[in-house]
Amino acid sequence: MTEQQQTLWSFMYEQSDKLLRQTFQHLGLTFTSLLLAVAIGLPLGILIARKSNLAGSILGIAGVLQTVPSIALLGFMIPLLGIGAKPAIVALLIYALLPIIRNTYTGIVGIDRSIIEAANAMGMSKMQILFRVELPLAMPVLLAGVRTATVINVGVATLASYIAAGGLGEFIFGGISLNNTNMILAGAIPAALLAVLLDFLLSRLQKLNGKKLKKVLLTFPVIIVVLAGFYLWPNTYTTKLRAGFTPEFMGRQDGDLGLKSIYGLKIGTTVISDAVMYKAAFEGDLDVISGYSTDGRLKAFDLRILKDDKGIFPPYYAAPIVRESSLKKFPDLEQVLNLLAGKITDSVMTDLNYRTDYLKQSPERVAKDFLLKAGLYQPPRNGQSGVIRIGSKIFGEQYILAEMYSILIKGNTDYEVATKTGLGGTKICFDALMNDQIDFYPEYTGTGLLVLLQPSPELVKEITKDSHRTYNYVKSAFQKDYKIKWLMPIGFNNSYALMMRKKQSQSLHITSITDLTKYLAQK
Amino acid sequence: MIKVSGLTKTFGNIKAVDDISFDVLEGENLVLLGTSGCGKTTTLKMINRLIDPDAGTISINEVDTSREKPELLRRKIGYVMQNIGLFPHYTVAENIAVVPRLLQWDKKHTINRTLELLKKLHLPENYLQLFPRELSGGQQQRVGLARALISDPDILLMDEPFGALDNVTRSSIQAEFKALEEFTKKTILMVTHDVQEAFELADRICLMDQGKIIQIGTPKELLFTPKNDFVIRFLDGQRLALQFKLVTIEDLWEFLPEDPRHTNKTISADKASMWSVMEAFSADRSIEHQFFVNTRTKTIKGLNFTQLTNAFNSYQNKEIHD
Repeated sequence: MTEQQQTLWSFMYEQSDKLLRQTFQHLGLTFTSLLLAVAIGLPLGILIARKSNLAGSILGIAGVLQTVPSIALLGFMIPLLGIGAKPAIVALLIYALLPIIRNTYTGIVGIDRSIIEAANAMGMSKMQILFRVELPLAMPVLLAGVRTATVINVGVATLASYIAAGGLGEFIFGGISLNNTNMILAGAIPAALLAVLLDFLLSRLQKLNGKKLKKVLLTFPVIIVVLAGFYLWPNTYTTKLRAGFTPEFMGRQDGDLGLKSIYGLKIGTTVISDAVMYKAAFEGDLDVISGYSTDGRLKAFDLRILKDDKGIFPPYYAAPIVRESSLKKFPDLEQVLNLLAGKITDSVMTDLNYRTDYLKQSPERVAKDFLLKAGLYQPPRNGQSGVIRIGSKIFGEQYILAEMYSILIKGNTDYEVATKTGLGGTKICFDALMNDQIDFYPEYTGTGLLVLLQPSPELVKEITKDSHRTYNYVKSAFQKDYKIKWLMPIGFNNSYALMMRKKQSQSLHITSITDLTKYLAQK
Repeated sequence: MIKVSGLTKTFGNIKAVDDISFDVLEGENLVLLGTSGCGKTTTLKMINRLIDPDAGTISINEVDTSREKPELLRRKIGYVMQNIGLFPHYTVAENIAVVPRLLQWDKKHTINRTLELLKKLHLPENYLQLFPRELSGGQQQRVGLARALISDPDILLMDEPFGALDNVTRSSIQAEFKALEEFTKKTILMVTHDVQEAFELADRICLMDQGKIIQIGTPKELLFTPKNDFVIRFLDGQRLALQFKLVTIEDLWEFLPEDPRHTNKTISADKASMWSVMEAFSADRSIEHQFFVNTRTKTIKGLNFTQLTNAFNSYQNKEIHD
């Protein structure tokens, strides 16, 4: 751990170029979307203030859009706009729209009618009333809307890293995946500070009145355009092929770092969430992605794994890890969980994943079908001698495994089961286990070694040459350090892998990572 | 000056204004009087096209207003409203200068005219940089008047202009307004539900009910020759006070006895109302006679309280029988 125990400050200093780039990207995303949201929301707000019969429907639509979960919204954008800045900006814009439309509307409708009548009676034209009376008087309310939208956008923009749009989310989500608190904070603290700072500046703006406000508002678009322009900050160099790696992969020795140091791979890289990465590769937005070797989408999207000919990806054999206290509390548990040991091979797991991720079968059904076929299925006994809490990370394979364990426990013991699926990344799952919020979850040997134990690089290199050594190492270390037991491996190895579209790899004759490196090195 | 004919406006299925016609003469103050909902405000707002009529025409100086662009029409017509409607984000100076700015006046011209009006309306110059919320209601309405008068429009529309003010402020602003030369020179159409105010300020009163004109005439005509029961009932309880305020000593001249005594302390007979003379008697019990000069006939007459009431009685009889 010694190496990792650097201070937050030294981490930020070391990563200052990335931090700066991400901050500017973040500002750029926030303000580009804000600018567009004002450009759309302000006229819409004015329109519905004029035609009040439209107000209900337009505010309703904006309200419904607002309630779409941000991740889902980003997901919807990909088929329409691909990955990167465009869908992120559109998604952020949609979030910023409601407060701006609503506050423009409320601001204008809230003006004393006699003031508008006076303006009319003085002989002002519609436009003169709008610009000289309505907008100035609605300005404080309108700015409150912009302020809300800004703060929302700074927050939601952290999710933009999921679809390769950059921003401080790269550090935050990378940090969560890598169990690197410094990295999380290096993203979260600047994001929070940005929100607080922008909120403060806009609150000052709100308090200005009349002439001063006018001056500031005239410079406002300039400031926004400049800030929006930060997004053009060069974020990657371009190469013949484009790679998309998960935030986790980016920060790992057995990921991007290893690809650079051991293979000498030079490829233009964007950071993207694994939820959308495969599709982006399939649709040609990306050429090389960092996938998982048992991922069902491998099959669904016709991708092929590039051979790791220098062996940088350590083995990731899956096995349930259980609190020792839970094993004592539930004596039958270990035996039941080991029913699955050695039962699922790589290709079986890929197929099961394919059925959930691509054929959209429910994890329950996939799990039950498999257990029936393997002759392991027992109908539930509906026992009541204690509740076992199963955790899982937030992807299909873990859901399937959690379901299988749930069925096995219910069928073979008198315990009840509570599943807590979708616990984000490794760190969240592991913390839940350590804090006795769950009894066990399926973990991978490589993750246990590199993310949780984090031994010295020399030791890692030594251990990971052999899958048994890796398993034995994590098993004894977890027992000693955490009082957590690794049960027997389930059988498959879900390691990291670089993958490409099958057709492209054939036409470029790339079958291994070394081939890829060579191809990219050619002029 | 303003000619209204066959004017009709319907809101939903309620006829707010029902086929009314009237003229406003140049320099005249015509007051539209009635209870709320009688259509008086709707009528007023149709003059400067804040509301467009369903039927009928309005012409100003023989030009049909429907042919003019509403904005341009309104810039030529002063407008004062009950809620004042000053722009809260404008200073007093900017509020007064709204119309000049629309008419693209030269800045200096605007400032000179503003200062002129401030003096007339008894507003100190240092108010110019204040915002409306820093002024009292009465001061705000003075600014409202200045805003309506700045471009020296020929026509002034006033919608319950003093309605939002307390009684004391109202009567002092009314008095100031009446004393303004603009009040006598301009053609004014005013809406009010306040009978006292109507009789105080009107050259002619147009009494309305349910969208129709009930009677249009001078205050004296409404008082002494009401057209129907509605008019009588409308003035019930206030008639005597209104008559006392309206009738001057000059009106009573022919019914006053010749008085051989002469004095230098005389009051103009056309300026002294019945009410003010009776007040003087009641304020100082030692006064037995008051003396008045009729500026037209250049004669002087004196009277005591009994002679005054007798003369009023005869006058009333004559008015009713005419």
